[in-house]
Amino acid sequence: MRWLSDRTVQHLRRVAEWPDLGETKYRLLEELGHGGMGTVYLAEDTVLERRVALKVVATAAARPGAAERMWNEARVLARLEHPGIVPVHDAGSLPDGRIFYAMKRVDGKRLDELAAGLALPERLRAFQRICDAVAFAHARGVVHRDLKPENVMVGPFGEVLVMDWGVAKALEGAGSPPPDGAPPARAGTTAGSVVGTLAYMAPEQAEGAAERIGKPADVYALGAILYFLCAGRAPFDGAAAERRARGDARAQPESPRRLVPELAPALEAIVLRAMALEPDGRYGSVEDLSADVARFLDGDRVLAHREGIVEQGRRVFARYRTPILVVLAYVVMRAVLILYGRR
Amino acid sequence: MQSDTDIGEGSGKFPATRPSAVLAAQSPHPVERERGLSVLLAVYWKPVYKYLRLRYRESNEDAKDLTQGFFALALEKEFFAAYDPEKGSFRTYLRTCLDRYVANERKAARRQKRSPGAPLLALDFEDAEGELARAEPAGGRTPDQSFHDEFVRNLFTLAVEKLRAECALRGKDLPFLLFERYELDRDPDENLTYEKLGEEVHLPVTQVTNFLAFARREFRRVVLESLREITASDHEFRDEARSLLGTPAP
Repeated sequence: MRWLSDRTVQHLRRVAEWPDLGETKYRLLEELGHGGMGTVYLAEDTVLERRVALKVVATAAARPGAAERMWNEARVLARLEHPGIVPVHDAGSLPDGRIFYAMKRVDGKRLDELAAGLALPERLRAFQRICDAVAFAHARGVVHRDLKPENVMVGPFGEVLVMDWGVAKALEGAGSPPPDGAPPARAGTTAGSVVGTLAYMAPEQAEGAAERIGKPADVYALGAILYFLCAGRAPFDGAAAERRARGDARAQPESPRRLVPELAPALEAIVLRAMALEPDGRYGSVEDLSADVARFLDGDRVLAHREGIVEQGRRVFARYRTPILVVLAYVVMRAVLILYGRR
Repeated sequence: MQSDTDIGEGSGKFPATRPSAVLAAQSPHPVERERGLSVLLAVYWKPVYKYLRLRYRESNEDAKDLTQGFFALALEKEFFAAYDPEKGSFRTYLRTCLDRYVANERKAARRQKRSPGAPLLALDFEDAEGELARAEPAGGRTPDQSFHDEFVRNLFTLAVEKLRAECALRGKDLPFLLFERYELDRDPDENLTYEKLGEEVHLPVTQVTNFLAFARREFRRVVLESLREITASDHEFRDEARSLLGTPAP
C-alpha cells in the first residue's frame, strides 16, 4: 500500500472536490478561488472556445439551501445585465449532482486588496461605480445583502464589478417565474437567520429581521465599504466586531476620523449618514448616497454635513483656488498701482 | 427549502445506502458486529497506532500491544455500543475510548504482553512504523489534529487502493494510471500539462481529460462511500464530508 505525503493528502482533498465536467461542454483548467458557498474554477467552453469562470457549489458548503442559493445567484445575475455586474452565461447540474453556473471570467483584483494602492479620489470613483451597479439591481428589485470590499473586483482598466450575489434577495413582485427544473429565486429569508458578513452588515440584517431587510440594508453596507475605503479597515473590527459577534447588532463603529484624522469631516458625515442605525436615518437611495459622494468630489457642499463658516471658506477656496488667486492677485496689483499713482 | 441531505443535491450520485459500519459494530449479533468492526479497524488502526506513538510516546512494541488490545477489547466488550451519534462524531468517541483505555491500562498496570507471533489481529505495524518515520514533523499540531490528519491519510490511502482494485476489475487500468501519475506522483515543481501527459501515454488530450475526469469522479465516490460507511448518521456523515473535502477552512 502506498504512503501518501501531507502534500498529496491536501491535494487529494481538492481532487475529491474537483467537479466532474465529463458530460458538459466545459474543460476544467484550474481552481481560481473558493468561498463559503462554492469554488470558482477557470474552465474552457469548448463550443464557443472561450474561457469562463465556473462556480460550483462546494461539498464543504453543503447545508440546507446550498443548491437553492446557487440557483438564486445564477438567476439573479441573469436578470441583471449591467457593466458593473458579472454576466452569467449558463447554469446547470454536473454529473455528480452539484449545481454550477458559468460566468464571464474577470481579470482583476479584489477591492480590499487594491484599495490601499489607490489615491482617495480614485477610491471614491470606484465606490461610485459600485453604487451604479447596486442602484441598477435595486431598480430591478434585487437587494445584494452581502456587499463588502471582498465582493468587488476591479479590472485592469478600472472597471468595477460587484460579485457574489448568492444571498441576494428578490423583492416582492420582482422578476419572472423560474424555468422548469430550477427552484424559484428566494423572495425572502427565514426570520431569525442571518446571511451576509457581520463586519459590513446593517443592524436590522444582523438582528435577523428578515422582513426589514431591503434596499436600506445595502445603503448601510455601501456606507461600510466607504468606511473601509476611507479608514483602511472594516467598520467592525476589534472590540466592535466582538460586540457584534456577541449579538450586539447595534454596536457603533469607531469614528473614521479617529483612525484617519486628516479625513474631511464631510466625507466622514457621508459615511455615518449611510451607516445610520435606523434605515430612516440613512440616504433614501443608493443614488442619493452616490450623488453626495459626487458633490464631495466636485468640492460642493454635501447634504450629510452642515459646515461652519471656516470650513465652508476652506472648501470654497479649495474648489475655486485658481480664480480666487487670480482675482486676489489682480486686486493686490490694482491696489499697489493706485497707491503708487497717488504718490 | 432543501432537506438536510442535499450534498450532491439529491442526484442519487451521493452514497446514501451504504450500511454503516458504526451501527453494525453496535449490533447485538456477533457476525454483524465483527463485520462492522473489521471496517472500522481498517480505517482506524493506523491512526490509533500513530496516536499512541506520538501522544503517549509509547514504544513501538507497547503501541502494537495497545492497538491490538484496544480493538480486541472493542470486539469482546462491545464498547462501541455506547456510542450516541447525537453527542458527536464517532471519530471523537473512538479517541475518547482510546484515551480511557490507555489510562486504565497504565493505572492498573495490567497490560498483558501478547506473545510474539500470535497477534489477535493481523495488522501491518512495520508499515505504520515506516510511515511514522517518513511523516513530516508535527509542527505545532495537537494530538487531536494529528489523529484527524492520520485518519484522513488512511481513508485516502484505502480509497486509492480501492480505486486501483475497482479499475483493474473493470478493465480501466489506464484511467487509474493517469490518475496516479497526475494526482499522486506529480512533482509540485513539474509543469505537467494534459498535453504532456497525453504524449507520455500516447493518448489525445481529450482522452486524457476524460480518463482523469472518470478517475476523479470514481475517487470522490469511493471516498464518500467509505465515509458513509464509517459514520453513524446522516448528520455525522455531512459534517465529516465538510471537514474532509475541498480546501480546509483557515
